[in-house]
Amino acid sequence: MLVSMTSTINRRWSPLLPVALAVLGFGLAAGSPRALAAELAVEISIKDHKFQPATLNVPAGTPIKLTVRNLDDTAEEFESYELKFEKVIAGKQTAVVRLKPLERGTYSFFGEYHADTATGELIAE
Amino acid sequence: MLAALVIVFREVLEAGLIVGVVLAASRGVAGRGRAVGLGIAAGIAGSVLVAAFASQISNAFDGRGQELFAAAVLALAVAMLAWHVVWMSEHARELTQRMRALGAAVGSGARSVAAIGLATFSAVMREGSEVVLFLTGIAMQPAETAAGIVAGSLAGLALGASVSAALYLGLSAIPLRRLFSVTGILVTLLAAGLAAEAVHQISNAGLVPGWLDVTLWDSSWLVSESGPIGRLLAILVGYRDHPTLAQLAAYVGTAVTIFTLSRSVHRRPAALAVGRG
Repeated sequence: MLVSMTSTINRRWSPLLPVALAVLGFGLAAGSPRALAAELAVEISIKDHKFQPATLNVPAGTPIKLTVRNLDDTAEEFESYELKFEKVIAGKQTAVVRLKPLERGTYSFFGEYHADTATGELIAE
Repeated sequence: MLAALVIVFREVLEAGLIVGVVLAASRGVAGRGRAVGLGIAAGIAGSVLVAAFASQISNAFDGRGQELFAAAVLALAVAMLAWHVVWMSEHARELTQRMRALGAAVGSGARSVAAIGLATFSAVMREGSEVVLFLTGIAMQPAETAAGIVAGSLAGLALGASVSAALYLGLSAIPLRRLFSVTGILVTLLAAGLAAEAVHQISNAGLVPGWLDVTLWDSSWLVSESGPIGRLLAILVGYRDHPTLAQLAAYVGTAVTIFTLSRSVHRRPAALAVGRG
């Protein structure tokens, strides 16, 4: 049935379908309560390719808006495998990383461009 | 120097593998080399532009700009790859016959070639901007360090390009009669993976509702996404070791959509537009 349904869609427009679905999904998502949930603002800096502070203590179960200030002249890629984000921050710039409500635990993060010195962890409790 | 090599290698590989698959999937299409070449050139130019405006992009939409921009670039790639698979499913048989008979490339119309170019453009721009930002630090380094970074980056570029070329050559070794069925599946999974990544970006912007954002399973004990095999699978077929419901839905939805559209156009008799467009 799906086949007969889609075959009636003009094939000229058919490849646009995934885009239309994505836009639709995004629209639904943007209007959701999640986007409006109260976020806890947390800040961290990068100086001389090190995180300040290197350990962040945050409450578990709360969405977090983590503002990262890169005080170095060079760019850094702020990344965490466990928290599933990566974000490039140009030199002397600030960026925001949003974290979903976390379970209790310790999550490590690092700066991919200077992974030997730029390491830190986030403790949710 | 080693750090530069690893970083540049990863980014080049990510874009290069996509370009390799697209090139193999469009064998016999006239003008694909030019389209891919233009796509790479435009992608590099776009990378420089994106890097130059990195903080403006990043700070747009209350700090969600980088994620939303990435999602938009990914959506473009998904649409172009979908287009490509559907077009190929319609014309693969004729292309194969003509290549056998004439050994020559076949004109395919401007739109299908444009899809190849735009998919390349999107892949190169997405990864390239990270390389450009990484390299902007060089000017502020002492000459010796800078030389090391340049050497490492060039080695990373060469290595990434070589692995991508190896994938392309490997795919090209597939017999002609099987080639397009294999590459059709490969490009479909590639597109599905990029759609899931677009959803991941939207989720990182905090815009996916909680019930869709639940993690379904953790297979990192089996294949970790941060390991070499996991990374390769992540790029090529969209493997995720902690997929969410939204990511899985995007993946399956995209794959099923492309598959269904290809099947539906496959059935109708189609004439190839030689020399048009």
